[in-house]
Amino acid sequence: MAELLQDKDRIFQNLYGLNDHGLDAARDRGAWLGTSAILAQGKDWIIDQVKSSGLRGRGGAGFPTGLKWSFMPKEVGNRPHYLVVNADESEPGSCKDRDIMRHDPHLLIEGCLVASFAMQAHACYIYLRGEYVLERNRIQAAIDEAYAAGLVGKNACGTGWDFDIYMAHGAGAYICGEETALLESLEGKKGQPRLKPPFPANAGLYGCPTTVNNVESIAVVPTILRRGVDWWTQFGRDNNKGTKVFSISGHVNTPCNVEEAMSIPMKTLLETHAGGVRGGWDNLKCVIPGGSSVPLLPKEICDTVLMDFDALRENQSGLGTAAVIVMDQSTDVVKAIARLSYFYKHESCGQCTPCREGTGWMWRVMERMVVGNAKTSEIDMLLDVSKQVEGHTICALGDAAAWPIQGLIRHFRHEIEERIDNYRADKPIFVQAAE
Amino acid sequence: MTDLRKLNIDGVEHEVPAEYTLMQACEEYGGAEIPRFCYHERLSVAGNCRMCLVEWVGAPKPQASCALQVKDLRPNRDGTPANIRTNSETVKKAREGVMEFLLINHPLDCPICDQGGECDLQDQAMGYGRDTSRFEENKRAVDDKHMGPLVNTIMTRCIQCTRCVRFITEVAGVQEIGLVNRGENAEITTYLEESLTSEMSGNVIDLCPVGALTSKPYAFNARPWELDKVESIDVMDAVGSNIRVDSRRDAVLRILPINNDDVNEEWISDKTRFVWDGLARQRLDRPFIRENGKLRPANWDEALGVVAEKLKGDPSLMAAIAGDLCDAESMKALKDLMDSLGVKNIDCRQDGSLIGEGPRQSYLFNTTIAGLEEADAILLVGTNPRHEAPLVNTRIRKTWIEGNLEIGMIGEAVDLTYSYEHVGTSAADVAKFAKARSGFAKTFKSAKNPVIIVGAGALKGEAGLSLLEAVGQLAKSGATVNILHGAASRVGGLDMGFVPGEGGLSTDAILDAAQQGAIETVYLMGADELDTSKIKDAFVIYQGHHGDNGAHVADVILPGAAYTEKSGLYVNMEGRVQMANRAVPPKGDAKEDWAILRALSAQVGRVLPYDNLEALRAKLFADHPTFMSLDTVPEYEAYDTTSLGAKGGLSSEPLVNPIVDFYMTNAIARASNVMAECSAVIEEKNATVKEAAE
Repeated sequence: MAELLQDKDRIFQNLYGLNDHGLDAARDRGAWLGTSAILAQGKDWIIDQVKSSGLRGRGGAGFPTGLKWSFMPKEVGNRPHYLVVNADESEPGSCKDRDIMRHDPHLLIEGCLVASFAMQAHACYIYLRGEYVLERNRIQAAIDEAYAAGLVGKNACGTGWDFDIYMAHGAGAYICGEETALLESLEGKKGQPRLKPPFPANAGLYGCPTTVNNVESIAVVPTILRRGVDWWTQFGRDNNKGTKVFSISGHVNTPCNVEEAMSIPMKTLLETHAGGVRGGWDNLKCVIPGGSSVPLLPKEICDTVLMDFDALRENQSGLGTAAVIVMDQSTDVVKAIARLSYFYKHESCGQCTPCREGTGWMWRVMERMVVGNAKTSEIDMLLDVSKQVEGHTICALGDAAAWPIQGLIRHFRHEIEERIDNYRADKPIFVQAAE
Repeated sequence: MTDLRKLNIDGVEHEVPAEYTLMQACEEYGGAEIPRFCYHERLSVAGNCRMCLVEWVGAPKPQASCALQVKDLRPNRDGTPANIRTNSETVKKAREGVMEFLLINHPLDCPICDQGGECDLQDQAMGYGRDTSRFEENKRAVDDKHMGPLVNTIMTRCIQCTRCVRFITEVAGVQEIGLVNRGENAEITTYLEESLTSEMSGNVIDLCPVGALTSKPYAFNARPWELDKVESIDVMDAVGSNIRVDSRRDAVLRILPINNDDVNEEWISDKTRFVWDGLARQRLDRPFIRENGKLRPANWDEALGVVAEKLKGDPSLMAAIAGDLCDAESMKALKDLMDSLGVKNIDCRQDGSLIGEGPRQSYLFNTTIAGLEEADAILLVGTNPRHEAPLVNTRIRKTWIEGNLEIGMIGEAVDLTYSYEHVGTSAADVAKFAKARSGFAKTFKSAKNPVIIVGAGALKGEAGLSLLEAVGQLAKSGATVNILHGAASRVGGLDMGFVPGEGGLSTDAILDAAQQGAIETVYLMGADELDTSKIKDAFVIYQGHHGDNGAHVADVILPGAAYTEKSGLYVNMEGRVQMANRAVPPKGDAKEDWAILRALSAQVGRVLPYDNLEALRAKLFADHPTFMSLDTVPEYEAYDTTSLGAKGGLSSEPLVNPIVDFYMTNAIARASNVMAECSAVIEEKNATVKEAAE
């Protein structure tokens, strides 16, 4: 079994806010150390290093970050380049970016500078979730400190590179975490995803080449470059390298954010850092391993599964944002998924047909299944409807709405059937709130 | 050289231009039919209905063919061209899925829906719909929205394709329709449920693929399969929009646009579309003769006899004026009759303008309407194209929105739906503009294709000629001068020389002479837009179809046919000759106008040399060959623009646009209830704005 991550290898040294979030304290922890030397290596070197580190996007899709950066035009043409940081962390269960921005904001600001330099962007926007008010204050304070210290702004870090960083505060719509909807919102329009292609690297913010990255993806970059690719790649399996902040919530004894090495077994993760499942491992019912959008995994799979992109994918789920939602035997799992369906129905932007119409339909059927007021054949119909939504929409919200239901039917069909039978037999139905 | 890419569509390889969308490629090259709701050729791509999904073999999910371009496709790994399937199981399943989603919240009210029979959703449900519904929940209900007197809304039927939003924003240029709320609560609405103020708003009815936006005046009138459909030409302005007149028995029930890329694309203005109820009101359906100050019904022989008697008098005391809605044939007949009588006082320019001398280019819209898209600088002089020719305005906006056009305006500063530099207000400012060196003047002078559009309303009388002269001087550096006419009959009239003969009087002079008694008999053919108080002492013969200004002062009324009731040629402002067709017969005893004149000529004893419309046309073509080339625009030949107009003092009085009320510009519109409602809505809005401003 892989060894646990040691404190010295943790990038986010102040994840729990035990120390000050200000610039001086951040510098003590290693932030802004040798930033100018990193920039002096040149943009190609930075992109190469990030590529060879195998860093995969931390926002959910797991797209290789270095590869994404290399899609930007090599030279700046008549349109400026932009970096946009997606801090619209709204995935139910996920709260890692929140703590990074609250307690280690300078790592993010530094990452913004490095990434922007690598992509020749003179301006960077951080798009923050509407509900994140404390984080907004912290980020703005960190930006102000960085400007005052000459770390960003004109001649950032003394490198001769002019770099401006702005924070934009969203209004709290989940869909604005989708990168193109985020760009629309940032431009002042209604947050609705754009058609792709063109991808943001061609035509993003204001039609200019843009890269949109998750907070964590950006914040880890300076440390990777400082400590080297070899250091980073010693964690995790091939294709799933590095460390990752896991948000563990639900029926565990000590819910927490924790930075761990990738590919740690789920059981180890939960038992070491979250105090184990409430009532012991055997009391586990299922786990949603990567935020509400990914299909849940029953205990049999959780016993052995590793927490990385590929292992979870093999088990027909996903790492997502690594927001681990643990549910023990007391959970009404049908109700839990119905609640997620309601969330997606509520957050669908209404632009394209399958998602607009499908999310509401699926939620209504789910609500009936919670009490058992359905026909057994409707389970297959629901599965079919979820497949009709999946893959037919403009953005991934349709997929995200379909997957939890597919996961539920895949692993807990017997519970739904039993409930339907009970309802028909007029047996009392016990529904426990999942919230 | 176009960039061609190899593409395999349904198993057959094609070479397709790279900038094509998959939908275009599949339809044009692959011969496939791709269903769609949100996509429209003339609007931006939304890609939101997901009905046009096709399979790109190897891609993880089906692709929206309206949005994906051929150049975005990668070849297969082995280097063979990308495979697109438009009829595979995957595609069929995907489209059936989308169709099911569209239908779950769409009401099953086709039997009472006005769109029934011409509904995209209905048609495509035949191909992709299930026979029964799997949806057991309650359907969504949406409150209907108020969009004004023209557009009826039943919003429960809406499928959120956003065509109407895109049209109103992009083409009409007023941001008055939008999608509010999100998810399944998304609704199309107007801003605060106010009436639409665009004069193009009716087009959203055609664009709506379902029955959510339907025509209010036509509501529950007819089913499409009951209607007789006749292709024709609109006469509400000088654009000559191509229209289809739908009628049942003797009544015109609606008017729809026909696509003509050179003229109206596929839009028409609200006046064109909704004026039809005016065709059934205030009609002159039998001859009348005034006796003791009152009009009494008469029969044709009696009325023609009275008129013939009058026309046998002294030709120098007679005058004839042709109105704005006349077809070329009837003007030709009237002109021939007047010529044979020796009447010199004839004019087709009832607005009092004196243009029409000189080459044909001097009074045409020379760039053509479609040609405006080549312009990079446009100077508007004394015109509000939004009211005088909404489709010209739409074309200017279309070019402007592309980003390579700058516009300047001399005249009233009105809202044109695009931005312009207001460089002056009066005729004198035209001369000043010619000397200016900064701002729009600089742009204009360095432009590659500069265009000057002069409104016909600014060309009245002598002042109009001197304004035109100043414009001609300004244009000598190479700008094209376009005259924007407002009357459908005007160019045709000028083409056949329906202007005062040697020593004859023009409109204003005729009116003044009639007031002083120097003209005793005035023949008005559909002329209503003049100061009729001046001719009330003269003997007025009114030939026309509506009881309007002209008929009110008439001593004899000869009932004619409206534009939907006769076959006739109209020449639009570009010089394009187009033929309107007869959709319904004239009302009551009314006759086609040329026939009235032919009968009259026999009574006067000056028989016109044609017994039918073909013979009349043959004579028209022989005398004026320009009428022969249907549906084409004359090749523009450069001419000396300094010969335009006549030198005179340039007034510094502000130019005033001729149209005060867009919805009330002719006799048919004034008879229309719908137009009156529209007019009242706009008036009320303006009053509210004024109130708020005070």
